[in-house]
Amino acid sequence: MAEFLSLRDAVARYVEDGATLAMEGFTHLIPFAAGHEVIRQRKRDLTLIRMTPDLLYDQMIGAGCAKRLIFSWGGNPGVGSLHRLRDAVEKGYPHPIEIFEHSHAAMACAFEAGAAGLPLAVLRGYVGSDLPKVNSQIQFIECPFSGERLAAVPSVRPDVGIVHAQRADRQGNVLVEGIIGVQKEVVLAAGRSIVTVEGIVDDLDVGPNACVIPGWAIDAISVAERGAYPSYAHGYYPRDNAFYKAWDAIARDREAFDTWLQDHVFNRGDAS
Amino acid sequence: MSDATTTRPYTAAEMMTVTASRALSNGSTCFVGIGLPSEASNLARLTHAPEVVLIYESGTLQTKPDVLPLSIGDGELCETALTTVGVPEMFRYWLQGGHVDVGFLGTAQIDRYCNLNTTLIGDYREPKVRLPGGGGAPEIATSAREVFVTVKHSKRTFVEAVDFVTTVGFGRDGTARDGVPNIGRGPTRVISDLCVMKPDPETKELVVVSLHPGVTRQQVQEATGWEIRFADTLESTPEPDETELTILRELKARTDRHHAGDQAGERVDDQADEGAKA
Repeated sequence: MAEFLSLRDAVARYVEDGATLAMEGFTHLIPFAAGHEVIRQRKRDLTLIRMTPDLLYDQMIGAGCAKRLIFSWGGNPGVGSLHRLRDAVEKGYPHPIEIFEHSHAAMACAFEAGAAGLPLAVLRGYVGSDLPKVNSQIQFIECPFSGERLAAVPSVRPDVGIVHAQRADRQGNVLVEGIIGVQKEVVLAAGRSIVTVEGIVDDLDVGPNACVIPGWAIDAISVAERGAYPSYAHGYYPRDNAFYKAWDAIARDREAFDTWLQDHVFNRGDAS
Repeated sequence: MSDATTTRPYTAAEMMTVTASRALSNGSTCFVGIGLPSEASNLARLTHAPEVVLIYESGTLQTKPDVLPLSIGDGELCETALTTVGVPEMFRYWLQGGHVDVGFLGTAQIDRYCNLNTTLIGDYREPKVRLPGGGGAPEIATSAREVFVTVKHSKRTFVEAVDFVTTVGFGRDGTARDGVPNIGRGPTRVISDLCVMKPDPETKELVVVSLHPGVTRQQVQEATGWEIRFADTLESTPEPDETELTILRELKARTDRHHAGDQAGERVDDQADEGAKA
């Protein structure tokens, strides 16, 4: 049963040093507030999992939280590179990071397999790609029925999964709307799950096929207003594209990044 | 052909976008990459192909954005879609399940056999430049019935052999698709700002089949990192018509106005040091 906790308490309780942590949101509903709390609590040696490690993981990697990254597209959408990620991969700063690189199709299947409690995901993928040569987690198997050669990747079953959503009701049932990415899969695949929401309502007021994650499948719910900013929350606020653009200059420079981190993360406590 | 200095009523970039848009046929289902492919696909939808079905990897099915998205998951794509599904469903049911006619991709590097690199420049463990990675492209390129690639022509982009095969065209020797079951035809055309290229039916090597008006063979060769072949009957790409140019310019102006103040509209997906969203 979901427990309503402050974000500070939820992260302190469930995110341990060395944990595997998946924070999802496919360009939408990215859990920035939760990621900043992870940075403030100076979590270390995390294996970070995310299909599109954009600004949030750039910040967490730059802050020294990660020792490993599992991902399928690492860029600043519409702008360019993730310079903190590149600094870690290319120069080992602030320390070296090990990467396991996939395609979106494989990652999506791996999250789904994790939610289904399976050890692996099978897909028709990676034909002719060099990715299997550099990622030992990509293997090929033969279909026992057709003999077709198919790709297999380990399912994603993180210690902790964190997503942001529009709202929860008082029983902790959560509504996710708009581009839903792998939000539901992450919560179900994770050992422990934290969902941050824009607010709590009496009634979710949704149709029968809406993407609702039951409260009894979630460990902690934390209210984080504008918790996906500078990404967006469908129906609440738009993406701040100017920040994504501005991030390029901040992240290019180690000192500018440290200053930003101090001003915008460390000097701002968890508001909840 | 000698009129390279002639002033034309359109830019090379517009020539590329319009040519790419014409490749899409009405009623086809297209899995769209962000950037140039997205611009071309939406131009097609707004001109000769009103029934084209555009799908973006964020799960937005049959979307009709009024302005071009900056990211693959802009709210605009969701708000104008017939429906929005989860990302696992997108890749498993709709792409792998065989519902996509055309995968429309951009790239940072492309080679003689149409392999695409959006992963890195240099060696994998010690990259000179780290690019964003594969995203949806590796499976779009094999599950879609065919693939169109659109990318600006330069020696940095058109290389003899890509540093890393993120997304297969026809492999290092042109045979990567041979004998593989349940695989699409692969790239069938590449549209740049100078010309249109198609793979040779036998060897799969890219061949220039059509030069854009005013472009010379020499210009194409100078912007290509290998000795590129030209078709025996080399055609001249038809020029954009006024309607296409007007609609494209309106689309771009609308997009700029929509994102005014965002400042994030600068597209860098044709630059190898920044990488392309696949």
